[in-house]
Amino acid sequence: MSTEKTITLHVNGQDEIATVPPHRTLLEALRGLGHVDVKCGCEKGDCGACAVLVDGEAVDSCLTLARSAEGREITTLQGLGTPEAPHPLQQSFSELGAAQCGYCTPGMIIASESLLRKNPSPTDEDVRIALSGNLCRCTGYVKIFEAVHAAAAVKRQTGETK
Amino acid sequence: MSDVDTIQRNLRFSQIGKSLTRTDSPGKATGRTPYAGDYVMPGMLHAKVLRADLASARLKRLDVSKARAMPGVACVLTAQDMPDRAIATDIPGQTGRARLKTDQQILVKERVRYFGEPLALIAAETADIAEKARRLIEVELEPIPGVYDPEEALKPGAPVVQGTDNVVATHKIRKGDTEAGFAAADVVVENTYITPFQEHAFLEPEVGLAWIDENEVITIRVCTQVIEHFRAVADAIGVPHNKLRIMGALVGGGFGGKEDVTVETYLAILAQKTRRPVRLEFSREDSFVGHGNRHAMKLKYRTGVTRDGKITALDVQVIADAGAYVYLSPYVLLYCAVNAPGPYRVDNLNVFARAVATNNMFTSAFRGFGGIQAAAAYEQQMDEVANAIGMDPLEFRRQNLLQTGDPISTGFVPPSAIWTEKCVELAWQALGEPAPAPGGSIRIGRGIAAFQQSYGRLTFLHDTSEAWVGIEMDGTVTVRSGVTDIGAGQASSLAQIAAEVLGVTLPNVNVYNSDSQMTPLAGTTTASRALYMTGNAARLAAQAVRDRLAEVAAELFKAEPAQIGMEFNRVLVIDDPERSMPIAELVRVCASRGVHRSELAIFRAPFTDVLDPETGQGQAHPDYAYGAHAIEVAVDTETGEVTVLKSVAAHDVGQCINRAAVEGQIHGGVQNGLGYALSEEMLYKEGRLITPSFSEYLMPTAMDMPPVASIILESRSGLGPFGSKGIGEPSMTPVAPAVANAIADAIGVRVFEMPITPERIWRALQEARARGCR
Repeated sequence: MSTEKTITLHVNGQDEIATVPPHRTLLEALRGLGHVDVKCGCEKGDCGACAVLVDGEAVDSCLTLARSAEGREITTLQGLGTPEAPHPLQQSFSELGAAQCGYCTPGMIIASESLLRKNPSPTDEDVRIALSGNLCRCTGYVKIFEAVHAAAAVKRQTGETK
Repeated sequence: MSDVDTIQRNLRFSQIGKSLTRTDSPGKATGRTPYAGDYVMPGMLHAKVLRADLASARLKRLDVSKARAMPGVACVLTAQDMPDRAIATDIPGQTGRARLKTDQQILVKERVRYFGEPLALIAAETADIAEKARRLIEVELEPIPGVYDPEEALKPGAPVVQGTDNVVATHKIRKGDTEAGFAAADVVVENTYITPFQEHAFLEPEVGLAWIDENEVITIRVCTQVIEHFRAVADAIGVPHNKLRIMGALVGGGFGGKEDVTVETYLAILAQKTRRPVRLEFSREDSFVGHGNRHAMKLKYRTGVTRDGKITALDVQVIADAGAYVYLSPYVLLYCAVNAPGPYRVDNLNVFARAVATNNMFTSAFRGFGGIQAAAAYEQQMDEVANAIGMDPLEFRRQNLLQTGDPISTGFVPPSAIWTEKCVELAWQALGEPAPAPGGSIRIGRGIAAFQQSYGRLTFLHDTSEAWVGIEMDGTVTVRSGVTDIGAGQASSLAQIAAEVLGVTLPNVNVYNSDSQMTPLAGTTTASRALYMTGNAARLAAQAVRDRLAEVAAELFKAEPAQIGMEFNRVLVIDDPERSMPIAELVRVCASRGVHRSELAIFRAPFTDVLDPETGQGQAHPDYAYGAHAIEVAVDTETGEVTVLKSVAAHDVGQCINRAAVEGQIHGGVQNGLGYALSEEMLYKEGRLITPSFSEYLMPTAMDMPPVASIILESRSGLGPFGSKGIGEPSMTPVAPAVANAIADAIGVRVFEMPITPERIWRALQEARARGCR
């Protein structure tokens, strides 16, 4: 009767095994594997807190079935950098005060990274559109916009294209 | 107190007033920070709450037998399993004051009073099983007549939700002679302003994990603004206060919505019953009905004024919707009453405010806490009165604004500077040149709003806060304090204060916080009080340690203690900096001599009695913050659509501790206030919430946010450490009325009900056209 299936998820460069029923979302599966940097905010795709990169594209992991992510490259916020070697977005969000409560931050940085990979020199409007699916209740987005532009500049200078 | 460039003045600090990277930022930005929902334990159960789907009903039948019989279900609890259990819902935190006896049933015994009221708790091996079990519970609710409008609830014969007549609180303020004041007026202006319910909409839904430790202590790791609910939760489940421990975590947003007990009681009961670790996470829909919202209010303002712009009398009648349970309604209402005239001199004042129970969602704390509803009304009324006498709104404000040393509505003279006038001027100037009128159906408008908002809790609550500071052998500093960090950098601010006093750099300070049994109790992170109260406690503790260290250093350097300086991890003689050593070395010398290298300090706010019940005269709060907000909007008169073009916030914050954090509070306050003014609407149908998601409840997104200019003044006159005031609530308070005034300026008519949606604007314009104006 069990419809559970064992799948391999490629997360932050590592293969990980999960046994999941068909309805298990990628959000639930990732958190179950210990990737608790992926945050649950609404489970409806309204808030963007659970965003991860799937093959470089930001998606709401709460709207993605775990099985559909098999064989694809999944990147969570932790996969972008570490406190010792932070990604330019992690650095700028930290230094410019773009994270207040920090709960939307994983999704915000993932959405920002997805933007910068496609568009290294975004305008204000580009940033706003790219982040329009990510709700924040603390920052008024102002310092988030600043942080995205600051990181874009750093990435352009260092020629990082990742 | 002169207004010199504050950035220059802050140069004398090494840590304070700067935009330092907060201690919690790197972890958050790299996804390393654990939140309350990220903790798991072996053998952990998953809990769910079954809620009522009617707002006013009698519970006829609740059959949990099928759910209990389901494999994997550890327990299902109803009110029958705990017949006498209730939870106190008033006065969070520590105070010796008698409670209001407003206890709420933990689970519905017989009567459902609001949509979403909990009926049963389920704990199971997995969340999936718990969810299936919840669906197996059979519920029969018999609808009974409810009341959903506080004015209806006041009528004789209305269904009674609370008490005998639904009135859960009344506050009066009487000053001077309003009859004489209105007689002396040339013009009397009367308007009624309606403010809406509002949902906190923090991104992290309520979540917690409970377990029983080796000492039989029920321990709960939870996202909360108030760990000191441990007492109420212990009382509710019948264990001594020292056998219930609440540990916080970095909180994913609070805004007042995590000020009351949320998941704690359910977790404690389930852990007690099952003796296993239990995790409970609210869904977003749970969250919408899982904590009290902002009070909707109806505020009737009647202002008497002379032709030359002097307010001669003010009468304010307020009705607040308390919803189905009392919670913090009496206090929210008191804030509203005290702030009813706003930052203006009103010698003849009459305020009569009532909070009334209905079968709507219960209402409680939310950033601004009653003061914000008052501001929404008094600042719109100031514009209306100015229009009525043909005076410029800024000039009218100037003539009536409180100045430093003036008494407020309660007769109390705030001890700090009142720089409202300066804030009004600077905010207005900073709007710059008006946007060019684009023509067509678009109209440009501008509005200003000043405000008064307290920081620190009501002084009759006798608020205290403790902090412990110690310095280690390697020169690093530890701060221990129960303060909860809800995202504004509360812990980081304590670190910055300790770093400043002890002369160490910020990364050398670590703060242990938010544990009701292991960190000294610091009170709530509410009421814009955390920095004021706990910041002062941390400063006192750090200063005591510093004094002892400086005494030893003076002896070593053969200098006077007053000549000893500490900065950048070194101790030195100020006039002869060559004589210096690492602080770590000094600490080791102190240790070898048995010098006490730590201190536990308590800070006490002013303690007062309650306000006079008939006149409302006396002291309500320790002090007040003042400022102003200016807004420019474009309104499409065909569609009613509003675009906010510019937003300027001017605040006297007393003293920045972390400048970037202050700016962050201001930006967030603007966003929160824009949503309140324009788009956030809790729609109820017979008490049933029909907007329980972020696709129905619309808060500002990245597309909606205007640029925000922050003008930060530092009077250094506040009661907080280094002369700081609070900014958490003040940043939001003036935003909505500034928006409302800008819209009225743009379209020539006022929409008296918030949120000012396109539909309401369109209707107001239609009605105005029908009346023949414009």
